[in-house]
Amino acid sequence: MINNAVIFIIVSIILVLISFVLDRDKTKAGLKKGFRMFKSIAVPFLNILILVSLVLYFIPQSLIIKYLGAGSGILGLAIAAIVGSITLIPGFISYPIAGALIKQGASYTTVATFMTTLMMVGVVTFPLEAKYLGKKNAVLRNILNFIAAIIIGLLVGIIL
Amino acid sequence: MKKYLAKHKQYIWLTAYIMATFTSFLFGFNPGREVFGNFTKFFIEMITFIPFLFIIIGLFDIWFPKEKIEKYIGKDSGIKGIFAVIILAMLQAGPLYGAFPVAYILYKKGASIKNIFIYLGAFSSLKIPMLGIEIGYLGINFTLARTLVSLPLFIAIGYFMEWYLKDKNFKVNEIK
Repeated sequence: MINNAVIFIIVSIILVLISFVLDRDKTKAGLKKGFRMFKSIAVPFLNILILVSLVLYFIPQSLIIKYLGAGSGILGLAIAAIVGSITLIPGFISYPIAGALIKQGASYTTVATFMTTLMMVGVVTFPLEAKYLGKKNAVLRNILNFIAAIIIGLLVGIIL
Repeated sequence: MKKYLAKHKQYIWLTAYIMATFTSFLFGFNPGREVFGNFTKFFIEMITFIPFLFIIIGLFDIWFPKEKIEKYIGKDSGIKGIFAVIILAMLQAGPLYGAFPVAYILYKKGASIKNIFIYLGAFSSLKIPMLGIEIGYLGINFTLARTLVSLPLFIAIGYFMEWYLKDKNFKVNEIK
């Protein structure tokens, strides 16, 4: 965790310095923009952290390990893929959850499958998608992405 | 009063939580303390990287305006076009349903079927703000593994959709 923070701090300092040397005004505008974006998500983000802390208190670790852990096999993968496809959770919320799941013993395969279906397959948003792409094409896109998500989950699990 | 509450709705939850935690500590209510322990861990995790993430996002937004990239997405754009749609998608933010209106604009500007679907794939899993948060919570190894596995898969989906839809009169509709 600390290593990740260090990566961010170093990268952002280097980028700011490069940007500052190239163009002072652009750098100022960029920093202002970044700060504005941070301000707008700060409180909603804190609220999510409160929610995740509460939920984790009520769900025992053994339950997570049993259903989503390394030994959960096809059932864990299926739960992750189906829940991820149906629900519509924004990334700002799903990543803290995913991080907590890993710490509680969930496997990388289930978490990667869950995150990927969450992002690429949209059952709830299907009616909207169908309007843009046509029903048949939207079905096809979702099915292909569902299959891709499971392949991604399995491969990520093998790599890590 | 009602208006005031609606405007500051997001603070109510936070304030209630702070008060509940304070009370828990005052009366030695253990669950409250444990939840606060969880919260502190999450908070430290967040505050060590999210502000820096937004510095990077802000700079990126200023140096690489989306309009510049949209020039390279035409029908015969080849590898360059694939690169352009992926980078364009990486610069976006928001949930997948926000990508469909952009897909329509790409279609209007003459992007190929392949590139439209590659855009949707890249939008869903390569947005820079999301990658940043992912690295923060799941680690750089997870993000690298996931993106490197995902990229060829949704490029393949793009090619497949183009092959499948070639003579099927594909179009992206505008929703008003």
